[in-house]
Amino acid sequence: MSKLTRKEVEEIALLARLHLEPQEIEQMQDELGAILAHFRSIAIADTADVAPMTHAVPMDAPLRADVPAPSLPADEALRAAPRREGNLFVVPAVIPGSE
Amino acid sequence: MSEANTSVSIRSEFWSIAETVQRLTAGEVSAAALVEPALERVASLDGELGAFLVLDAPGARAAAAELDRKRAAGEPLGPLAGVPVTLKDNLVTAGIATTAGSKILAGWVPPYDAAVVERLRAAGAILLGKVNLDEFGMGSSTERSAFKQTRNPWDPARVPGGSSGGGAAAVAAGLCTASLGTDTGGSIRQPSAFCGVVGLKPTYGRVSRYGVIAFASSLDQVGPIARSVADAAAVLQAIAGHDPRDSTSIAAPVPPYAEQLSAGIAGLRIGLPREYYDAELEPGVREALDLTIAALRDRGARLTPVSLPHTELAIPAYYLVAPAEASSNLSRYDGIRYGGRADAPDLLEVYRRTRGAGFGPEVKRRIMLGTYALRSGYYDAYYRKAQQVRALIKRDFDQAFAQVDVLLTPTTPTAAFPFGAKSNPLEMYLADVFTLSCNLAGLPGISVPCGLTAEGLPVGAQLLGKPLDEATLLRAGAVIEAAVGLGERRPAGIRGIGGAS
Repeated sequence: MSKLTRKEVEEIALLARLHLEPQEIEQMQDELGAILAHFRSIAIADTADVAPMTHAVPMDAPLRADVPAPSLPADEALRAAPRREGNLFVVPAVIPGSE
Repeated sequence: MSEANTSVSIRSEFWSIAETVQRLTAGEVSAAALVEPALERVASLDGELGAFLVLDAPGARAAAAELDRKRAAGEPLGPLAGVPVTLKDNLVTAGIATTAGSKILAGWVPPYDAAVVERLRAAGAILLGKVNLDEFGMGSSTERSAFKQTRNPWDPARVPGGSSGGGAAAVAAGLCTASLGTDTGGSIRQPSAFCGVVGLKPTYGRVSRYGVIAFASSLDQVGPIARSVADAAAVLQAIAGHDPRDSTSIAAPVPPYAEQLSAGIAGLRIGLPREYYDAELEPGVREALDLTIAALRDRGARLTPVSLPHTELAIPAYYLVAPAEASSNLSRYDGIRYGGRADAPDLLEVYRRTRGAGFGPEVKRRIMLGTYALRSGYYDAYYRKAQQVRALIKRDFDQAFAQVDVLLTPTTPTAAFPFGAKSNPLEMYLADVFTLSCNLAGLPGISVPCGLTAEGLPVGAQLLGKPLDEATLLRAGAVIEAAVGLGERRPAGIRGIGGAS
């Protein structure tokens, strides 16, 4: 029962933007299934009235003065781009037929 | 090896930080005379050890030359002057390839230094290079590096631990004096225990995460790996402190950690959480901890059993929260701005194929787990529930710290395991049970060597402390080290480590 369905794994892989080979999908069905089954133990914890803890320190988004300062030059920022044209990152056309 | 340096070089690789800085400042040895033997030692031993991903010999020599120039000119040298250090390869270094142990970043050269790297440079440390890790910090053995295996210098058939395995192995083998690791669920403390060195995870927010390749942003911390508590304290002193570029960085002042180191532990209240001692421990681990407890009692500590009732739930809580945060953090690896790219006719396929090809199986597994835990319909039962359990775990610690000053536990249930022994992912996750809670609660933790098993493998004792109480961890750690530590014993698993180089 703890094995995930193929459809579930494919849906999660799509959300995660991961391409999985068929044998990877099958392996994930088993592995994720076993892991998640084990983690169901978390359901027994009595968490009524317990606020979820997201951070160890109070997260109050500190502000800073709005003062301009140097930042990474565009050329440096683009230096590692796999595909680049001038100061632009190149991607396949997002709107089909628009290229 | 240059004959003129022989009398210095034979022992310099195991010098402490204090000895290194003192001899350099006094002019007894030049920085160049420290760096050359270190580089030669890496060249002769790392082929077998496998700790280094990048050795930056030109950079190290240039830094040494600059130190020697400063000394000749009478300029002040920093508190880590001349100390050879390595950096886990998830800390960005300007101009030096950084991979996070992943194919997806193979060949990437960062345009900036992490905050901790800036601080080490400013302190005068000599950066030798980048060391191996489990991919993106996800693992407990360094077996998940996309590039190479690192061996445990005590037994080359065994893992060094992970994810900071390269750093722990390099420090233990004398290939550097100290290393910076990161710890999200135990990744500094566990490899330090497995390799017989000291590893400290600071309080969350104590050290800047600016320039740390993110795994789980509410858990990650950078910390020192060193051969002694005093050395770990010296490195922590250099890297701790507020950084406005990291909004999770704490503004509290950094105390002088070295000052209280030899204050002893008379009257210190040490809690022994029963859930850790009731667990199945390897006999060698149990014996070493028994001896440690006796030694602490003899030296004036007051030991009390306490309970951390939600300890077991730390595993599901961590392995839901951390992968969820990781699934978000790793979404930036998309083949567009940096890293590898698989070309495809449409954008979605560029993302999917780049990531499918670039990430290893463990990383993919955790991204999938995290995505699952966050999807609508499952969010409440998994992710939100895990965050509530996290609050319960923190509450357990708060209650314990109302009675005691510090907690003592084994760092791990076993000593270092053989390669391939934990191929089942769930089995690997379960072995992290003693180190995870501390990250979830944001508390500081240290692992200090406290003995060897019958097979000659190191055992680590872990101390967990109150927020920002690293000083107490260091003070108690120093007592453990003096009483039951490894002394001058060196690992003998890699030919050439222990003898004269």
